[in-house]
Amino acid sequence: MADSDVLRAPHVLDYPYKRSVGPVIGAFLTGLRDGRILGVTGSGGQVVVPPAEYDPITGQDTGEMVEVGPGGVVTTWSWAASPYPDQPLDRPFAWALVRLDGADTALLHVVDARRPEAMSSGMRVTARFLPAEQRVGHIKDIECFVPEAVS
Amino acid sequence: MSGTNGDGTPSAAEAGPVTVLETPIHIDYQFTAGLAQSRFLKGISEGRFLGQRCPKCHKVYVPPRGSCPTDGVATTDEVELANTGTVTTYCVVNVPFQGQSIEIPYICAQVLLDGANIAFMGLIQEVPTAEVRMGMRVEAVWVDKSELGPNLRSVKYFRPSGEPDAPYESFEEYL
Repeated sequence: MADSDVLRAPHVLDYPYKRSVGPVIGAFLTGLRDGRILGVTGSGGQVVVPPAEYDPITGQDTGEMVEVGPGGVVTTWSWAASPYPDQPLDRPFAWALVRLDGADTALLHVVDARRPEAMSSGMRVTARFLPAEQRVGHIKDIECFVPEAVS
Repeated sequence: MSGTNGDGTPSAAEAGPVTVLETPIHIDYQFTAGLAQSRFLKGISEGRFLGQRCPKCHKVYVPPRGSCPTDGVATTDEVELANTGTVTTYCVVNVPFQGQSIEIPYICAQVLLDGANIAFMGLIQEVPTAEVRMGMRVEAVWVDKSELGPNLRSVKYFRPSGEPDAPYESFEEYL
């Protein structure tokens, strides 16, 4: 039997998952729908963004939700030169960890910087939200972050 | 949090808090069957079960994977198996799920084809679910010749063959 006799076929898997988000992530997503970014106060008073139900270090319950951003600082980043079809932007962009003003942890998102030379750790960025009628309560309600100077 | 946002859209208090997140997953594979399974699938498209025998332990595997999982040697000796077999274990499916194409309740069984040393998964039909049992003798029912293809939809299901049940000892090794 020759290699050319080996059968091949497309095999597509689709999982239509829905997740219950719980009270804390739910509040975060509801905030995004309203055009606001919410964090939560950890047991040591630090502000965790995105918020979690339990303090990531002590495991204790987290406290009050607090609004952060929309501006922040890029702590680290990686350039995506050739975006895949389902990635957030259809042009080259940076994956970045953004520590929002008022937060003590960084949020993973994208920066629409056009070219890698425009990126640097420590640079200021600000969230660009989708128009209100397009927001659904999803992390993609933040279309991207943009360098603060050109926002 | 009440009334409207600055741009006039309803606030969370009006639209209700977000409680569910849709996270669909789409995975686009190209499946390559390999030599042994391609032979098996071509047999299926001819209405035959083709297995392979281990040259060392002489066990017959169906569908064949091209090697013996016990001895780790290639299984090149092709064996055609019977259209009949024995139900070793089975389960009655009573729970509906998305994408289900068969009316519940239905039976999914492990069938030890005569001549094979490993059970083969299939549906059991043309018999009330309560009458299916371990040791029941069954035969494969294939789709019409014109609809045969290199996939397991070609085997519609198994149905009782009418033979007396196989003794437990004859299949206990395969449970």
